[in-house]
Amino acid sequence: MVDGKEKTESVPVEDATEIAIDPTSDPIVVVDDLHIVYRIFGGGGDKGSAATALMRMLRRQNRPQMKEVHAIKGISFVVYRGDAVGIIGSNGSGKSTLLRAIAGLLPPEHGAVYTDGQPSLLGVNAALMKDLTGERNIVLGCLAQGLSLEETRAKYQEIVDFSGLKPEFIQLPMRAYSSGMGARLRFAIAAAKTHDVLLVDEALATGDARFKRKSKAKIDELRQDAGAVFLVAHALEVIQETCNRVIWIEEGVMRMDGDPETVIEAYTEATEK
Amino acid sequence: MSHPERLSPAGGGSASTASKPPRSNGNGDGQSGQSGLSLAEFAKARGLSQSAARPPLRQYISQLWQRRHFVWTFASSKSISLYTTARLGQLWQVLTPLLNAGVYYLIFGVLLKTSRGIPDFIPFLVTGVFVFTFTQRSVNTGAKSVGDNLSLIRALHFPRASLPFAYVILELQQLMMSLVVLFVIVLAMGEPLTVDWLLLIPVILLQLAFNIGISLVVARLGAFARDITQLLPFVLRTWFYFSGIIFSVAHLENSFKNHPWVVKVLEVNPGYVYVELSRHALLAKYRNYVEGLHHPTGHLWWYALFWAVLMFVGGFLYFYRAEERYGRG
Repeated sequence: MVDGKEKTESVPVEDATEIAIDPTSDPIVVVDDLHIVYRIFGGGGDKGSAATALMRMLRRQNRPQMKEVHAIKGISFVVYRGDAVGIIGSNGSGKSTLLRAIAGLLPPEHGAVYTDGQPSLLGVNAALMKDLTGERNIVLGCLAQGLSLEETRAKYQEIVDFSGLKPEFIQLPMRAYSSGMGARLRFAIAAAKTHDVLLVDEALATGDARFKRKSKAKIDELRQDAGAVFLVAHALEVIQETCNRVIWIEEGVMRMDGDPETVIEAYTEATEK
Repeated sequence: MSHPERLSPAGGGSASTASKPPRSNGNGDGQSGQSGLSLAEFAKARGLSQSAARPPLRQYISQLWQRRHFVWTFASSKSISLYTTARLGQLWQVLTPLLNAGVYYLIFGVLLKTSRGIPDFIPFLVTGVFVFTFTQRSVNTGAKSVGDNLSLIRALHFPRASLPFAYVILELQQLMMSLVVLFVIVLAMGEPLTVDWLLLIPVILLQLAFNIGISLVVARLGAFARDITQLLPFVLRTWFYFSGIIFSVAHLENSFKNHPWVVKVLEVNPGYVYVELSRHALLAKYRNYVEGLHHPTGHLWWYALFWAVLMFVGGFLYFYRAEERYGRG
C-alpha cells in the first residue's frame, strides 16, 4: 500500500517525454520507468531502549523501524550497442544505485531493466578476503565473477603481471598490502573477465599515475569486447574522454541525457552556482 | 518473465501513459509495427531480457552447479581466514569441539551423572556433541549467510543459494577435523575399529543434505528478518537438549512405558536421527547396549532419508522463490 502511494507521487512527467526509440539501432539496455527503493532497518527515530522496542512489538508485529529510501524515481532510457555512457551527478544522486540496478543486483520496486546479455560491475572487492594471500584471492575473485576453474588458471599469470605485484607479495595476506597494491590487485582481478555490458564505478581513480594509464588502456580494451559500457565517475574529463553519451541524474531523477559536451557543460554550470 | 503488476499502474492513467505518444513521434518512418510500442514491448521485441529476473529453476540449478568451485573455494577461504589472527591458528578447529565435549562431560557426566548405565559415556557424548554441532552451526551460519554478504550480493552475479551452500560446506570441513579428533577419542576409549564405521559416510551425507536444506530455509528467513539470528541460539539450544545428546532415547523407553508416544516423537526428531545413527556406526558397545534393550533402530534410516530429501528439496525451492529479492534493503 505504501509503495503504491510512493509511486504515484514521484513519477516525474517531464523525463518520460524525452525517450525516443530508434528502431534502426540495436538496443542492448532498456531502462523502463525504473524505481529503486532501499529498505533500511533500524534507522527509526526512537530506536533507543528495549522497552520501546517491546512496546512496539506488543502493539503490532510489523517492522516499524523500517525506513524507505526512494533512490531512483522513474528513470527511462535506451542504450544501443557500442554506446559508452557516462553517468554523472552529485554525491548521493543515485548513480551507483542505477548502475547496480542495470546489473540486476538491485530488484526494481517498479519498472524494469531489460538487457541483452549479462551486465556486470567491474569490481570484485566484496568477494576478496583481506586475511588471505594475494594468490588465493585471485582464484577466489575469478571464481566469484563466474570464471571457470580452467579460465582462472589460464588468467592467473596475466593477473599477477598486470597488477605489477612482486612475487613475494603474492604469497602474503592482502592485509599486508599498501592501499595502492591492494587496489591494483583488485583491478587486475576485476579486469580479467570479459563482459557483455560493462559497468564501471569510479575504478579509474586507483593506483599511481603509471597504473592509471595502464588501467585506462585496459578499460578501453574491455570496452571493445563489451557491447556497451557504463561509467560512473566524478572526474568529468574521464567521462569526456571515454563516453559518447552522458546521462545526468540528480536525486534519483534524470536531468539530462545527451552528448557529453552539452550535458557536462550544463552540469558544470549547475554545480558552480 | 512478464510482470503483469508492472504494467497496471501505466494503464491506470499515470504519467507514463500520457507520455506515450511523444515517445513514438521520433520514428514515424520506422518499421510500421514498431511505432507506438512501449519501452517494455520494444525491449521484448528485440529479445532483451529483464536483468533482475529470477532464472527458471532448471537454469538456476545449472548455474549453481557451474559455481561449485566458487562455493568450495569460498568455504575453504572463509575457514582459513577464520583463524589467521589467532595465535594457535587452525588448531582451534580441533580445540573448539574438544573443549565443548569437555564442558558437557564435566556437567552431565561427572556432576549430574546422566550416563545411567550407558557404556562408554564419553564416546557416546562426544559423538553426539560433534555430530549435532554440524547441524547447529550450519543453521547458525546459514541464517547469516545472506545478511553478512550483502556487499557481495550487491556487487556480483551468482545464484544466491551458493552462500548457504558454502557455509554448510565450511561446516562440513570443520566436521571433518572434529571427526579425526572423535576417532582418536573413540579408539582411545577402547572401542573396536569395525566395518560398521563405514556406515558413518551415508549418515554424514544424509545429514549434509538435511543441513543444506535447513540452512537454505533459515537463510531466507534471516535475509528478510534479521531478528532470526537473535532467536536462533535459543531455539538451537532447546533442540540440543531434546535430541538425545546427553541421554539415550532408547533408554527412556522404560521410563515412559505408559506413554510410548514420547519416545516415538523424540525419535522422529532429525537432530536425534543423525546423532544416533552415527553412534550406531562408531560405537560397538553402545550398539550392543541398545540391542540389549530390544529397541529397534532400522526405522531411523528411513527417518534420516526422509528428512534429508524433504529439507533439501523443500529448502532449495523455498530459497529459490525469493532469489531476485535478496540484497535489497
